[in-house]
Amino acid sequence: MWSFFHKLGSPPWLYRIAGSILSWLLPLTLVALAAGAVWGLLYTAPDFRQGNSYRIIYIHVPAAVVALAGYYVMAIAGGISLIWKMKMADVAMKSCAPVGAALTFIALVTGSIWGKPTWGTWWVWDARITSMLILLFLYLGVIALYEAYDNKDAAGKACAVLSLVGTVNIPIIYKSVDWWYSLHQPASIKFTGESSIDPSMLYPLLLMIGSFYALFTCALLMNMRLEILRREARTGWVRKLVGA
Amino acid sequence: MHPVRKQRLIIVLCVVVFSSAAIGLMAYALRGNINLFFPPVEVAAGKAPVGQPIRVGGMVVDGSVQRSDNSLHIRFEVTDYQASVPVVYEGILPDLFDEGQGAVAAGVLDENGVLQATEVLAKHDENYMPPEVAEALEASKAMDAAKAKGAGE
Repeated sequence: MWSFFHKLGSPPWLYRIAGSILSWLLPLTLVALAAGAVWGLLYTAPDFRQGNSYRIIYIHVPAAVVALAGYYVMAIAGGISLIWKMKMADVAMKSCAPVGAALTFIALVTGSIWGKPTWGTWWVWDARITSMLILLFLYLGVIALYEAYDNKDAAGKACAVLSLVGTVNIPIIYKSVDWWYSLHQPASIKFTGESSIDPSMLYPLLLMIGSFYALFTCALLMNMRLEILRREARTGWVRKLVGA
Repeated sequence: MHPVRKQRLIIVLCVVVFSSAAIGLMAYALRGNINLFFPPVEVAAGKAPVGQPIRVGGMVVDGSVQRSDNSLHIRFEVTDYQASVPVVYEGILPDLFDEGQGAVAAGVLDENGVLQATEVLAKHDENYMPPEVAEALEASKAMDAAKAKGAGE
């Protein structure tokens, strides 16, 4: 257990293991994404109230769910790099931010497109949309803060603190529809009890959520590999790897 | 665990706990302002300001929608099953707007307690199902109602 944890701190080992995970996870992700998209967009029944426009749920919900989960990954990596001074945790934290920002952006844009035909507006300052916008700014803030420092150790510390402070936003986004009156409806997928979305629509949605988690993992590992190469550019193993 | 790391762990936990507490207290203090709309019961109790832009949300009362014959003028009531607020609006309604469904109207409350709406949004619930399932549910509901009636007689 501990030897695995220590190996994670070794850049060449992490680079190699990330590569071997990607070699099977990436094709699997693409297949699952394609299957989920075709199933959800073409083979499920239209909704009894919203007709076909509800189908954007198969992009909107997975992107939003993984954007929230990704923030925890970033904050936990930041915490590990603060406490144990693990360089590879810092790499993971830095690599999470652009992926999370992209997913949050997708969730906001698809939500806006969904809002126009159903609610009748592109944008409304309801609690969930506003807190989701704050999440986007947190992700962008981590990216910007990292670039603002010349000293990358200080940058990593500042970003880790920012991402840890930002974790308070995640339960707020999740519970916003229950705590306040908002235009969003309460959750349809319930962990306890019966979900209020028909099983024929739920299964492709769960497949898409799973695929988005896998997609996040792939994008994170690819980003991390790139960042490792950048940081280790002058070491022997990277020189050997690129054949210089 | 190494004492230095333990200390850093405690600092990290403190940062998370105290920042969460601070933001939680702020959200609690601002809870009234975070709500997107007033429920009709608060409007009826006089908690909503008159003459200022507000939003009122609830279910559109069955049978309350009155459309004008020659304009886009519409009048309806929204309710939270405790009180209801009349709304007048002139404009195009979202497709999902319907009696018995959720709606949020933005506008100004006049002295008579009527909301002069400038925007009406539809609010949908968390139920998603194919049309056939919805029909089957309706049918079984009607059957249960008929049975209950039969048992009562």
